[in-house]
Amino acid sequence: MAKTSQLPQKSRLLSLGCLALVSALALTGCGGSKVGSDTAAANTSSCVKTDGDTIKIGFLNSRSGTMAISENTVYAALAMAKDEINAAGGVNGKQLEVVAEDGASEPTIFAEKAQKLISSDCVAAVFGGWTSASRKAMLPVFEGANSLLYYPVQYEGLEASKNIFYTGATTNQQIIPALDYLKEKGVKSLFLVGSDYVFPRTANKEIKAYADANGIEIKGEEYTPLGSTDFATIVNKVKGAKADAVFNTLNGDSNVAFFKEYTNAGLKAATMPVVSVSIAEEEVQGIGAANLKDQLTAWNYYQTLDTPVNKKFVSDFKAKYGADRVTSDPMEAAYTSLYLWKATAEKAKSFAVPDIQAAAGGVSFEAPEGTVTINGDNHHIAKTALIGQIQPDGLIKTIWSSDQAIEPDPFLKTYPWAAGLGG
Amino acid sequence: MDVVVGQLFAGLSQGSILILIALGLALTFGQMGVINMAHGEFIMAGAYTAYVMQGILGDAGISLLIAIPMGFLIGGVMGVILEAVLIRHMYGRPLDTLLVTWGVSLILQQLARDIFGAPNVDVGSPSWLQGSVEVGGVALASARLFILALAIACVAALSAIIRFTSLGRRVRAVVQNRELAETVGISTRRTDRLTFFIGSGLAGVAGVALTLLGSTGPTLGTNYIVDAFLVVVVGGIGQIRGALIAAFVLGLLQSVFQYSTTASMAKVLLLIAIVIFLQVRPQGIFSVRTRSLA
Repeated sequence: MAKTSQLPQKSRLLSLGCLALVSALALTGCGGSKVGSDTAAANTSSCVKTDGDTIKIGFLNSRSGTMAISENTVYAALAMAKDEINAAGGVNGKQLEVVAEDGASEPTIFAEKAQKLISSDCVAAVFGGWTSASRKAMLPVFEGANSLLYYPVQYEGLEASKNIFYTGATTNQQIIPALDYLKEKGVKSLFLVGSDYVFPRTANKEIKAYADANGIEIKGEEYTPLGSTDFATIVNKVKGAKADAVFNTLNGDSNVAFFKEYTNAGLKAATMPVVSVSIAEEEVQGIGAANLKDQLTAWNYYQTLDTPVNKKFVSDFKAKYGADRVTSDPMEAAYTSLYLWKATAEKAKSFAVPDIQAAAGGVSFEAPEGTVTINGDNHHIAKTALIGQIQPDGLIKTIWSSDQAIEPDPFLKTYPWAAGLGG
Repeated sequence: MDVVVGQLFAGLSQGSILILIALGLALTFGQMGVINMAHGEFIMAGAYTAYVMQGILGDAGISLLIAIPMGFLIGGVMGVILEAVLIRHMYGRPLDTLLVTWGVSLILQQLARDIFGAPNVDVGSPSWLQGSVEVGGVALASARLFILALAIACVAALSAIIRFTSLGRRVRAVVQNRELAETVGISTRRTDRLTFFIGSGLAGVAGVALTLLGSTGPTLGTNYIVDAFLVVVVGGIGQIRGALIAAFVLGLLQSVFQYSTTASMAKVLLLIAIVIFLQVRPQGIFSVRTRSLA
């Protein structure tokens, strides 16, 4: 009898052991964006070699993991720009030599690889990054080593590092115009859905401040862990809230599950449109155009833009990567970023970081989205905001655009309602 | 009212997913005591089976129906190989098994990455599973109803095997007292292998079902393995009945927590609830009564 009584003991141990194991596993998924404090000690004297026939640059994109679906396309656009530039004689007479690294969808790996590109590969500039978490993780690395990052994705604003050039939109070129559009259309209430990290949280803070000032009611605000695919409850909440529109800041694969669930629940763009700021042509293919029919997006570039520069960009891209490929805003911004760096280096007649920083203001480029100009103060670029509607063929049609290119204002200083948002 | 019914359905649906992913584990972990960290990768293998089937056959409906038995077969064969090559040598050494199978899980993930590429792939749903069915004014997603039915079918089939077949009798005998079972002439080796085949095969079926809800990638399994272990631990080691109840209770709780708080908070509350429950009832909902002197 004495021995049989051990059984519950044993199973308790086993249960507790499993629980500990399970929680340890859960924790590994949430590795923070810690950046080694040794970055400050990194040598600030650059090791970039400028005496040869080539100049090294770094591409740092997630080629694996949850963000790979998006970042692989940015890599493709960067590679195309590099080939074009080399074919046309390079930059300052030097051919570009690319060192490509995989950020693996992990902010910590982005920071590590950025450090490697700067100090052991000695690249003149790095192009890449997608999630704000990856950018925030890389920022101290680039500032510590006084090197340059060209970041090609729209983001939440409230940042302006002299070591980063932001070639995607800041909020006043994307989110605020989208809200202006919704307000113009008579939207009185919004439901906010986003992934649980920097960009959606900050973007929603700004959206709430805007809503407050403009009499729009926020009916709900929901966040899911990055990569989450369980949207039954959230879609149920969205359905119950009966808001006029949904503002979607989900990132990556979660969009697939969210829109599948949204369509399955019988919700439609006609009655409750979803405005997305992270879904471009490339993502539409992965989610399936049928699930996204007539939904809205806010960007600064669409493949359907009717300009000669864009037509050439699209046809060159298809010729290089296949006729079924599409072009999207972050790809265009990445492509443009390499050309902006080239134009700046040629204006400065140098690859040195201080020379590039000094020469950057006013540098402009005929980009597929139209003429873009670098703002020398905050290192963002002036862009035109476009609201698009997703077509059955998966392309996006422009249905509204801002009157002119909007000057970047990452800290929203020119918007009275944004006072007190911090940053 | 719509919301209550909708949430109830979301909870049931979540429960059906949990039981599908945990059912195989209830056999291999629950009955045999093997902590198999590669169980999630058998789920992933099932999901990729659905993807490959769709690539070969084209039609989403037929390929899904064929992918279910194929997923079972592929998951099962992978399980048997793992059992025969590694786990067999480690019975009674749970910590070693845990580490080795974790290693296997990492290897399998990388293998998937090498074969299918790092980006996730999309498996299309057949047209008859898109959209929803209206029940009393509430739209129930067809894909989720299908998974619910599949989960019920799997549980029913497994219970029938355990209860009525000679294999089931052997499995029960081995679980209750391995030495005694051996002395009456049951080949525990063969029983172990068959149990592992069925358990791993069920993981493959779960993988096929999961392609209907999200996208398929190398890390699909790791997203679900934690939940699968939770279900088995709460349900009680060695009991399918327990896992069944645990899956649906956890699914409903998660849906209630998620509705009243947020998605991240719901996970926290659920884990706290489980910790408290295991303090009160460490053996889980059910435990096997045995005369074993172990």
